[in-house]
This record gives sequence, C-alpha cells and structure tokens, in this order.
Amino acid sequence: MTSDLKRTMDNTSTATSTSTSTSPTATPPSAGSGVLVPRQETPGGQDSEHTAGRIGGGLFDPKQLLTSLPDALRKLDPRVMVKSPVMFVVEIGSVLTTALAVADPGGWFGWAITVWLWLTVLFANLAEAVAEGRGKAQADTLRRTKTGTVARRLANRDTQGPEERVPGTELRTGDLVVCEAGEVIPGDGDVIEGVASVDESAITGESAPVIRESGGDRSAVTGGTKVLSDRIVVEITAKPGETFIDRMIGLVEGAARQKTPNEIALNILLASLTVIFLLAVVTLQPFAVHAGAEQSLIVLTALLVCLIPTTIGALLSAIGIAGMDRLVQRNVLAMSGRAVEAAGDVSTLLLDKTGTITHGNRQAAEFLPVQGASGEELADAAQLSSLADKTPEGRSVVVLAKERYGLRERHEGELAHAEWVPFTAQTRMSGVDVDGTKVRKGAAQAVLSWVTEQGGHAPEDALRSAEEVSEAGGTPLLVAVEEDGAAARVLGVIHLKDVVKAGMRERFGRLREMGIRTVMITGDNPLTAKAIADEAGVDDFLAEATPEDKMALIRHEQADGKLVAMTGDGTNDAPALAQADVGVAMNTGTSAAKEAGNMVDLDSDPTKLIEVVEIGKQLLITRGALTTFSIANDVAKYFAIIPAMFAVAYPSLDDLNFMRLASPESAILAAVIFNALIIVALVPLALRGVRYRPLGADRMLRRNLGLYGVGGLIAPFLGIKLIDLLISLIPGVG
Amino acid sequence: MSDLLAAVAQVSALIAALALVHRPLGDYMARVYSSERHLRVERWMYRAVGADPDAEMRWPAYLRGVLAFSLVSVSLLYLLQRVQDKLPLSLGFAPIDPDQAFNTAASFVSNTNWQSYSGETAMSHLTQTAGLAVQNFVSAAVGMAVAIAMVRGFARSRTGELGNFWADLVRGVVRILLPISAVAAVVLVALGAVQNFADIHSVTTLTGDHQRLTGGAVASQEAIKDLGTNGGGFYNANSAHPFENPNGISNLLEIFLLLVIPFSLPRTFGTLVGSVRQGYAIVAAMAGIWLAGVIAVTWLEFAHPGAASQLAGGSMEGKEQRFGEGGSSLFAVSTTMTSTGSVDSFHDSFQGLSGGVLLFGMMIGEIAPGGVGSGLYGMLVMAVVAVFLAGLMVGRTPEYLGKKLGSRQIKLAACFILITPALVLIGTAVAMATGEGESSMTNTGAHGFSEVLYAYTSASNNNGSAFAGFGADTVYHNTALGLCMLLGRFLPMVFVLALAGSLAGQTPVPATAGTLRSDKPLFTGVLVATIVVVAGLTFFPALALGPLAEGLAV
Repeated sequence: MTSDLKRTMDNTSTATSTSTSTSPTATPPSAGSGVLVPRQETPGGQDSEHTAGRIGGGLFDPKQLLTSLPDALRKLDPRVMVKSPVMFVVEIGSVLTTALAVADPGGWFGWAITVWLWLTVLFANLAEAVAEGRGKAQADTLRRTKTGTVARRLANRDTQGPEERVPGTELRTGDLVVCEAGEVIPGDGDVIEGVASVDESAITGESAPVIRESGGDRSAVTGGTKVLSDRIVVEITAKPGETFIDRMIGLVEGAARQKTPNEIALNILLASLTVIFLLAVVTLQPFAVHAGAEQSLIVLTALLVCLIPTTIGALLSAIGIAGMDRLVQRNVLAMSGRAVEAAGDVSTLLLDKTGTITHGNRQAAEFLPVQGASGEELADAAQLSSLADKTPEGRSVVVLAKERYGLRERHEGELAHAEWVPFTAQTRMSGVDVDGTKVRKGAAQAVLSWVTEQGGHAPEDALRSAEEVSEAGGTPLLVAVEEDGAAARVLGVIHLKDVVKAGMRERFGRLREMGIRTVMITGDNPLTAKAIADEAGVDDFLAEATPEDKMALIRHEQADGKLVAMTGDGTNDAPALAQADVGVAMNTGTSAAKEAGNMVDLDSDPTKLIEVVEIGKQLLITRGALTTFSIANDVAKYFAIIPAMFAVAYPSLDDLNFMRLASPESAILAAVIFNALIIVALVPLALRGVRYRPLGADRMLRRNLGLYGVGGLIAPFLGIKLIDLLISLIPGVG
Repeated sequence: MSDLLAAVAQVSALIAALALVHRPLGDYMARVYSSERHLRVERWMYRAVGADPDAEMRWPAYLRGVLAFSLVSVSLLYLLQRVQDKLPLSLGFAPIDPDQAFNTAASFVSNTNWQSYSGETAMSHLTQTAGLAVQNFVSAAVGMAVAIAMVRGFARSRTGELGNFWADLVRGVVRILLPISAVAAVVLVALGAVQNFADIHSVTTLTGDHQRLTGGAVASQEAIKDLGTNGGGFYNANSAHPFENPNGISNLLEIFLLLVIPFSLPRTFGTLVGSVRQGYAIVAAMAGIWLAGVIAVTWLEFAHPGAASQLAGGSMEGKEQRFGEGGSSLFAVSTTMTSTGSVDSFHDSFQGLSGGVLLFGMMIGEIAPGGVGSGLYGMLVMAVVAVFLAGLMVGRTPEYLGKKLGSRQIKLAACFILITPALVLIGTAVAMATGEGESSMTNTGAHGFSEVLYAYTSASNNNGSAFAGFGADTVYHNTALGLCMLLGRFLPMVFVLALAGSLAGQTPVPATAGTLRSDKPLFTGVLVATIVVVAGLTFFPALALGPLAEGLAV
C-alpha cells in the first residue's frame, strides 16, 4: 500500500505522488455496520500535471550552486553572518587578510590565502542558499494557487440567501461562502452544508479527488483546492494570511525557520571550540617569537580558519533546512524544526489499528463447516447469501469462496425468481430466497434467532466454532439454510478477520531495534485487540480506547520521560495530538486536528509516522557525523601547518611533515584549500542526509564513528597531499 | 631482576592493588556520602560553624558554601604565614613575603600545592601542620564534595537539590581522608619516614661539611599529601627526599596513595547512579590514558640513546637511585595525571618527549584519574561533551544517564572546558610576551619555553609540580600563578555545580535500544578519543614549540 518504507533517502524522482494509495479511511468502519468508506483507487502512475515543480527531488544538482550564487553573495552581509559564529570568524579573517594582501600587493601567497578564505565563506553561504532555494521553487508554485480567487460570500450568512463577490483575501473568520463544481475554494474552512468531491492536488500532489461533507471528520477544506462536483457551503475558519497555504509557503521558504534546541546546543559547542582555537592561535605568536620564528598575520589567520570547525559551521543550517525539506518531499509538513528533532527522540509510537496496522476492514479468512456440511456446500451458501451484501465484508466472502473453492462469482441478475435480502445495519443479515430455499448469512446473534424462528436450533459445534473465532480476535458470521420448509440448519461459520498489512511485523521489529515501542490503539475489545497485536507484532495495545484513554496513555508515557508520537484526524484526537511530542495530523482530518498537531501529512497516510521518525534521526545523525568529521579533520591540518610554520626555527619539527609537502607556503595553502573544498564536497551529503538504517544504537555509533570519525582523520591527509602536489606543479610556486 | 622487569612488576603490583581496593573503598565512599547518620565529632563541627547538615542545598547555596569556605581558608593561611615568626614553633623563620604568601595560600587551598618556597627553610612547624597540612585535608575534601554533588546531579531527578556542602566536607575529612592517612602515616614511619617536632639538627658529614636537618611531622603530612592529591612536600626535594620517601616500597605506597581515591571514585559514582557499569566505563577511560602515559614515559626514559644513558641503563639525571627509571617514571606520570604534583624525580630532567607526555597529562585537564573529586567531575564533564557528539550519531538528541543534554548543559560544559586551556595559554603567552617568562628560565630555546609552559599548565590545572629550572619566586609569577590556581580551581566548580543543578532538576529519560550506551567499551573509546583530540588540538602548537621540538631533535 502506501508509503513504501524502502523509499530511499535520496529519493530521485520528483516523487510526491508515488503513493499509489488510496486516500485513507478517515473513520474506521465498525464491524458489520456496512458503512462504506469512500475510497478512491488512484492509478499507479504519476500525474505530471500536478506534480510538476512541486518537489525539487532529493538529488543535488550542481547547477543549483550557480543559481544560488546571488543569494550566497547577499548573505556575506556581516549582519547575516553573525548568526553563524564560526563562519563569522572566517569572514573577519578574510577581511583581515584582504587588508594585509592589499598592503603588500607583491606577495602571491597573501592573495592566494585571501581568495580561498573568501571562497570558504562563500561556499558556506552557498550551502545554505542551495538548501533554501529548493524550498523557494515550491513556494512559488503554491503562491500561484493562492492569487486571484474570487469568493461568493453569502451576504447574510443565510445559506440560501443572496451572494456577493469579494476577493478571497477579504474573507474573515466566520464568513460563509458557496463553492460549486469547477470553482476554487477561497479559504480554509469547514463544510457546513452539502457534499462535494474536491481536487486537493494543489496541496497534496494527489490527483484523486476526495470527498468533503458537512459534519463529521471530513468537513475540512483547504483554500486553493478545487471543487469538482456538487455544491458546498463553507464557513471560513482562517484569517487572511494565516491560511494553510500561507503557512505552507512560509515553511517551505524557511522564512519561519528558527534554530532548534539541538542546533542551538551544537552551535554553543562549536562557538566554544572556536574560542579555544582562537586562544591557541592568538597565544602562539609570543611562543613563536621566543622560538625565533615570528609568524605573519596571514599565516596565523590561515591556521585559525583551518582549525575552527568550519565544515560543520558552514553546513549546519543547510542540514536543518534539508531535514525539513526531506519531510516535505514525503508530503509531510512540519510546523517547526523542533518537531522534526523530537521525532528522532520518540520512544513510543501510538498507532491507530485501523488503516495503519490493518487494512481497515474485516475480510473473510476461512470457512468452518459444522454439522457434517461440506466445505463446498458452506462456501456455496456463503457466496450466494453474500451477493446482496455490498459491504467490504460481504465482498470478501465472495472473493474467498472463489479463491478457496473455485466458485464462479455469480451476480444478482443470474438467478430468476430470486428474492434478495440485502444487508442492513438493523437486520445484520443478508441472503436470498430462491426456489423455496432460503439462505442467510450474518452476525451470529442475528442468524441464530433467524434459525430459531424457522424451527431450527443452535448446534453446539457451530457455537463452539464461533466462540473460537471470537477468541482468536476474529468476528464469526454464521451461514444457515432452510430448504423446502424443513427446519433451518446452520451450515457453518465464516471467520472474518482484521487483516494486518503486509510487512508490519518486520517494520515493528526494526522500530524495536531502534528502541521505539509501538502501541496499537483500537476500539476493539481486549480479546480482539490482543490477537491483532500479536499478529502485527506491536509491543503493546490499548483496547476499547476512548480519546480520554489515549490522552491518559500519552501523559503516562511522558511522565516517564518518554517522547510520544501519534497520528490523528478527528476533532476528538485534537487534544491528544496537541499533547503528543510529535502529532501528525492527517490532511483529510478536521481543521481542529490540523491545528493541534505539529505536522500535517498531506497524503494522510498514518504509517508515514515511521518515516517521520527516521527522518528525524537522520537529521541528528547528519549533524553529529559532520561535526565529528570536521573536528577529526583538524589533526591532518596541524601536521601540514605546524611544520610549515616552525621547521625553520626547529628543524626537528620537519619530522612532523610526514606528508612531505613541497614548501611551507604550499602546505598552508593546501590546508586552506582543502578546508574550503570539503564544504562544497559535503553539500550533497548535508542536503541528502547521511544514509540511515534502523540499527541499534551501538552498531549505528560504530558505523558512523568509523565512517566519519576515522574517515575524517584520514581524508584530509590524502586531500591536502593531493592539493599540495597540484600547487607545486604551478610554475614559480612551491 | 632487570630494571625493565622491575618496572613492569611495580606497575602490575600497583594495578592489582588498585583493582583490589577500588571496590570496597568506592562502595564505602558511596555509603559515607549517602548516610543519614552523623558521628558525634561531626555534630560538634557542625555546631561550631553553625551549619545544619541535614538541610538540602540547591546549586547556588552549595557553591556559596564552597566559595565562602575557601575564601576563609585562603585568608587564614595567608595570615598564618605573614605572622609565623610571632607564633610558637617558628624555628626562627621570618614571615613569608606577601606575594609568596598569597601564592602559597592560593596554592594549598586550590589543592595545587605549587611551592615557590623551600619548606624546610621557610615554613615554621605551626604553618606546616596547622596551615598547610590542614589545607591538605580540607581542600581535598572540597574537591570530593563537589564531585559528589555532580554525581547527585545525575542520580537525582525532579529536584534541584545537591546535598549539603558542610556535611559532605566534614564527612570527607573525618570518615575518608583522616582514617586512611592515619594508617598510611604509621606505615610510612615504619618504612623510615620521620615524624617529630624536633628543632633543626646540625650534623657534620663525612667530608667535614656542616648540614642542617629539619625534622617535623613529615610522615603524617606525606600521607595526606599523596592521598589528597595535594603534592606539597615538607621538604623542597619533595618525595625524592629520603625523610619523605625512604625506599622503593614507600615509593610504591605513595604512588598507590595518589591513585587510590581518584580510581575508586568512579565506583562511588557507579554505585550512586545505580549502575556500577557506568563507573567502569569512566574508570576504564581514566586507566587507559594513565597506563598509556606510564608506558610511554617508561619506554622513553629507558630507550634514551647516548653513552651516559646506556651506562646507567636509562637517563638517570634528576632521578633517585633508590627508585630507578621505572619507579621514577611511574611516579611522574601518576603525579601529573592526578593533579598531585609531588615528585620523586625532577621532571625538568626527563627526556623532551617524556616531558611532553607529563605536560599533556595535565593539559587534558587532570582527569585521568585526576585529583580527588576534581578528576571525577572533570571526567564527567568530558563525558557530557563526548555523549553530545556521539549521541547525535545514534540519531537522538543527546542524553547521558537519562539526562538530556540541551543547550544549557552544553553551555556549562563548554565554559568548564574553556577555563583551564584559556588560563594555560593566556598565562604562558603573557609571561612570554612580557619577558617575565624568559627571565625565569634556566634553559634557553625549546626547553626553556617548556619550563614556562609547564609552570602555567601545572598551576592552572592545580597540579603543583614544576620543571625545577623555572624560577618561580618572583612577584610576577607568584601573583600570576596564584591567580591561575584560584581561577583554575574555583571557576570550573561554578560550572560543575550549575550543571549538576540543571541535571538534578530533570525527569530522566528511560533508556531504550536506541539510546547510546554509556557503559560500553565503545563509549569509553569515544570518551578517550574526545579527551585526547580536544586537548591535543588545543595544545599542539604549544607542545610543538616545547617538548616536541626538543624531543624530536634527539
């Protein structure tokens, strides 16, 4: 079904609507109630008309570096730079070396260092600009849907009264507007009258229309979406400028972006490292003077820039923006970066059973004949009696009969003189009377009373079978037949089962390995709940759950210091969504739910919660990995620069120059160039995020330490040596 | 037995003894600091200072206690030195000069025990016993109290309370330091150390020279000097003096005393936070660094090339024949890495690279295993930093022992780790820039620079040992080093206690399979790497111009 977990992190296509899925079921059908949930099957392919330009894809395109250049240059403004203390120091250093180079215009070395220091700053700004640029394109597309809608406002708030035409931007909360087929809904609101199919592709990228109707949990409509059929009256719930689209534009543009708690903490650590290295470099001069090797300010500045953690300093904000962006690519809007970070920390996932763990409707899984009836006989009667049952349960009986016993599917029209008894919520039975034979199928109680009415009795083995099915968490349906006026007899039991989606057990297993406990929330009785919980492999379940129970569970988990994530769509989910640390509201849900959650899933796919957690973790890992890499890099830079500075005064220090770099100048320059280029080299990684696999903490740490810690130690030795070789090839240098 | 084999045997015996003792001692200390009972003698003391030992303190109150007590200590010790000539047991010594008295007061209260004087020719019996020896006990107990407060920060939840400073201070002295040093003093006397209040003896040596021998309460001061990782010797020659450290056995005993509390406190920590494995991870990081230092210095000293060294079986300049290369190297590494600073050989005379190792042992912040108490809290702060980096790499916002490490915690930890490098580098740089450094050097070039670097590294990290060539008794250095000692001791305590307070107030996060395990060898490795890399990157340029330039030239 929907989100395929293996969707790789470097999501190559412009894939928003890869979800070939159904628009989700907003309300779980209660067993046997026969309520049909609107489900629109979507064709598997992508609808390019709707997806074009929406998502910039996960791949880094070198062209973005060029297009983002103007933005990067604008960011050289010191008032902007000061927000990133590390890069601000580099900028000050660049200004200093520029002044020194101007004062001594003859020295190539000063100019070379100056140019590369400016490039270092520029590369850092480019990384951020590229990350932001991807959001800007999306924002532009969204803006287009916003402009120029005209609203048909009802003058007196009378749904049948006169209309007036006003621009969409003038609507106030509480206004009533009419929308008919072909019109764009002018603002966020709730349907208070009518039912309509709505094309929400402008927001979700999903081309299949969805049903919006007054009352219930599917009443919310979003401004900018288009009514395809019928007429609805919408009560506006959002102020102008604060609509969902407005917020979405703000989010993808990063305008509302604030530093997240962990980003702030990391920035503090980086700033303090910068101070330490600043001290180490500033105090070096008196030591050097004593050694008889006074250093030029250019060399000291170069040393400082190489030491301070520029790599992570340059990429930190790009990593944060890209993390939000990766969520957007999966059609999830996070209202704050804080929520994304919290997702990485989640230790309890609350998952609704229906639609998330199971397919959302019960299906016939088995025929259990009783009283000597044969399987074929039971299947035949079951099929016949289910033809008039249009509920998914009824359909599944027909399908099972075909699959198990090869019974050809029959249609109501095929049988002459047949009198069909359709399924209703009152009778809870369906069946057919044909040629003096009456066949019935339905809820155990209903069929048993029918059998008794027809002079039959309740056979013990049928009751036992029904009991067993119940104990296994299923729902038993009875099939009975009355032939030619004889006493009615029960043929057997149909085992209706909540079918767990494929692959859920593995998924929960992986979550467990990541240290995340899954709790299934269901309105079922504890027996049924336990059976499904066991089958799906969740760690715990909450049966017969009311919204209050859910709330209490969240509070209980949080009191133990755990972070809780959940999804929800109904108005009664809103308090729990607000209470949860990560609350993902379904886009199909009510505005109350969307308001309460800190993320909105435009695909309305509850299983996506798992991906949200993974993206949160990936964001944190990327930060940690690049910080480690950045610090580990310094070791090699010391081995390049220190001998270059002091081997003249103390020839013994040339032993440290085991890279055998050509000359002091080329060694220092090589370190500075490496320091600048590594930023550009790591931009794709920062945007894409490091590869994430759900592993236990130990294995994950070992893997990332090896890759980014040890790798960070070794890489610059190779890089600096290579750059030094190239520099020494330039005539007149080295 | 060859010298090398003897060295290996000594290290092995030492490790075995520490392994044997750290559990009972660590558990005992945990009981001492969590006990509800007060001894009668303790009650007297509380009454004397008017403290309520059962009142829980939040971190500002705890800090006020630490600072107030230390300020009073500095003042009293200063005063005592300035008027020692007018008090009993003066031995006829003159009062100490103001700058030196300040330096000494700062030195002993900050548990540094840097000595810019010669004990036997400057300090009266009363100053030595009522002043210096008392500070040996209480300054050590203050360090342990702060460490315990830090541990409580991890162990406690949903409260800002860190215990009672006065109770922790008094218990540290009465129940831990006094009993152990009493036993150790008796053993040292049995091994030949002196213990008296005698006047100065004048003796005529075999060659007919006259020599003045000062006796005193040497063995008792020796015991607490090492046990409390103080390091201030009764005699100028410190533990190289036969009255302080008569033979190889007493040498090994003194090394054991240096290390026993710092290596046992992680056990106390583990016990108090409810997981001894957490303590093992910390002690393993300490032991790993310490052992690497011992091996490096021992090897460098044995392997030194040159005719004289080969005849002597190693570079023996500045070392006692009684202890040899092995005993001297083991002592030197242990004393520099425990912030003790007592010496049984002259660090100035060690090989260039060995000197670098000794310097580096201090530069990592005296945490492997570090001073009593200060080693543990310093290591825990480094663990906070290591967890912050490594924790991100497992995909969670960092947490250590169930406590979240957010911006406040990182801010405090960052301030903590900034202080001593800043003091070392700025102190050395100002001394070098003003010429005060060069005028106090005995040697020129790289080694001369090492002397200055060593002095400021030692003072700022509260070690107290010196490259003996450095002429420390100038007004400038007495003042500057005194300030380094005080700031290097008490500023970090401010941040440690604030950090402990912020941790104690949190609700713990339960550990899951996704949580970074801080009780595994992998974490110990990360911790060691963080310590070495951060200190290495900070001090590499300075080390390159001192010990590396000198050592690589050989």
